[in-house]
Amino acid sequence: MWDLRIPSGVFFIIVGVLLCIAGAVPVGMPAPLTETNVNLYTGMSFVVFGGVLLWLAKRKR
Amino acid sequence: MQLHFIDYLILALYFGFVLGIGWFLKKKIATSSDFLTSNKSIPLWITSLAFIAANLGAQELVGMCASGAKYGIMTAHFYWVGAIPAMIFVGVFMMPFYYGSRARSVPEYLKLRFDEKTRGFNAISFSAMTIFSSGISMYALGLLFQLVLGWSFTASIVLSAAIVLVYTLLGGLTSAMYNEVLQFFLIVLGFAPLAILSIYKAGGWDGMTARLSPQMTHSWRYLSEASANPMGVEIFGLVAGLGFVLSFGYWCTDYLVVQRAMAADSMASARLTPIMAAFPKMFIPFIVIIPGIAAMALTNMDVGYSLPPKGNAYDYNQAVTTLMAQFYPTGLLGVGLTALMASFMSGMAGNVTAFNTVWTYDIYQSYIRRGAADSHYLWVGRLTTIFGIALSIGTAYLTRLYNNLMDLLQLVFGVVNAPLFATFVLGMFWKRATGHGAFSGLVAGTSAALLTHGLTVAEDKGGWLAELHHFPSTMAQNFWIAIFAWSACFLVTVVVSLMTRPRPAEQLRGLVYGLTGIPKHPGVRWLMRPAPLSVIAGVICIALNVVFW
Repeated sequence: MWDLRIPSGVFFIIVGVLLCIAGAVPVGMPAPLTETNVNLYTGMSFVVFGGVLLWLAKRKR
Repeated sequence: MQLHFIDYLILALYFGFVLGIGWFLKKKIATSSDFLTSNKSIPLWITSLAFIAANLGAQELVGMCASGAKYGIMTAHFYWVGAIPAMIFVGVFMMPFYYGSRARSVPEYLKLRFDEKTRGFNAISFSAMTIFSSGISMYALGLLFQLVLGWSFTASIVLSAAIVLVYTLLGGLTSAMYNEVLQFFLIVLGFAPLAILSIYKAGGWDGMTARLSPQMTHSWRYLSEASANPMGVEIFGLVAGLGFVLSFGYWCTDYLVVQRAMAADSMASARLTPIMAAFPKMFIPFIVIIPGIAAMALTNMDVGYSLPPKGNAYDYNQAVTTLMAQFYPTGLLGVGLTALMASFMSGMAGNVTAFNTVWTYDIYQSYIRRGAADSHYLWVGRLTTIFGIALSIGTAYLTRLYNNLMDLLQLVFGVVNAPLFATFVLGMFWKRATGHGAFSGLVAGTSAALLTHGLTVAEDKGGWLAELHHFPSTMAQNFWIAIFAWSACFLVTVVVSLMTRPRPAEQLRGLVYGLTGIPKHPGVRWLMRPAPLSVIAGVICIALNVVFW
């Protein structure tokens, strides 16, 4: 059966990169109750998660 | 709350990926079995995550966060007393019969074990329940997006329904399950930052404990009597009603979740599906319930956040979105809303795929047109997907009358699932149980559930026959409805079975404990077998109960 980790990994890497960009160059509205750069940190974790999924898929092959 | 280009871009990307998964999997669909049951071909890690994702719909995210704000950490009993023991039980004891009998659905197992009328009763009541659940998911989605984004109620539900319709029509159950896994990842990763930020702002667990009544932060300590806790239940009602009847009734007999395990590629995988799923499941309260408790603590602080008022109380159903509005900036807000959309879709797709299988195999093929070519049933399955989603949209409009979504859903489970669990317990573990007994028991149990609701009142709900008893909360009422329904079904099934002729033992092989060999799984590593994994899951679950005592 087709390996779902590949599209999932790609999806999280793309969304992660978008969040990192939003964190580096703030656009739109900030969050009223936090000063942490949550876009950047969440984006980085998404990229790492997506990378792990792709690595797992590659390792299986 | 206002969305920007990047938020819409993330939402559009998500839509593109789920539709892409459906498109890619459409070439796998050649028979009705491929479309409706995945032909028992899905790997364990997919079935396990889909098993919990199908249940991680609107009621889970919005309803559990709302219940967290309303009832506190006691809400976690739905997981640590309810779901986890039931998931372990179905994996260890019940899956050998479901998977081993080669039944295509739960109602079909009932036909093999009992008779046609018992299957018909279950198939029809289950179909009604799935449509109802799906409608609740849609209602929650439409209402939320209307309140938060100012989107049209109708446009929101039609858009989400159309996406689910397309990917389910393309790839059937396989597409729904693969998408459920992507949705599960997105829900967890999209909501985890909300939990971290809201808890941190509320001063961590110690800060929340200091700002809330102790009943909100202890799960067991105030259960000695109903009046001592915000849920209005006492320990027997909770353990017997929620922990035993409702949870076992749902996780062990509801085809929506059992279908995911039955799609596994082997008996070992089918048994391990709910057990493996128990591990992530027991930590879900940290991202769906604790933020609700944090919302209540933040409301009591002077930080610029408050739950929206509704009458003399709060509008708890808005807890999750109001937290997002305060803690998520543009970008992450798009992720959060996409995660919400994903949860609604996974719940809806779960219901729709279970509905189309039961309708096609257990109703259409059994009572309307037997013996047609497989291509005809494939066509009916696809048509039923469209029909099911249209019906769900209709029921979405009917659910606007209720406040707390979980309460309503528990009532539905009380009527349908609670008596059914008694039928399965007797059917799988007592070879003397007969078809007449099972059917009479189900009718009696369902009637007892409706009668209890009609004779008791809680928060102005129920009592449509008379007002014999008042419960402190609808939650307590639902637990007791389940207890009465289960007991009535159990007793009537036993009595009628003893009065009627049982089936010969040779006809019950593979269907009843004692006449069926328990699978050994010699090729599976020791630690990856059902029993040791269940013990580990059970120990962690007990530890969580103790920590939040």
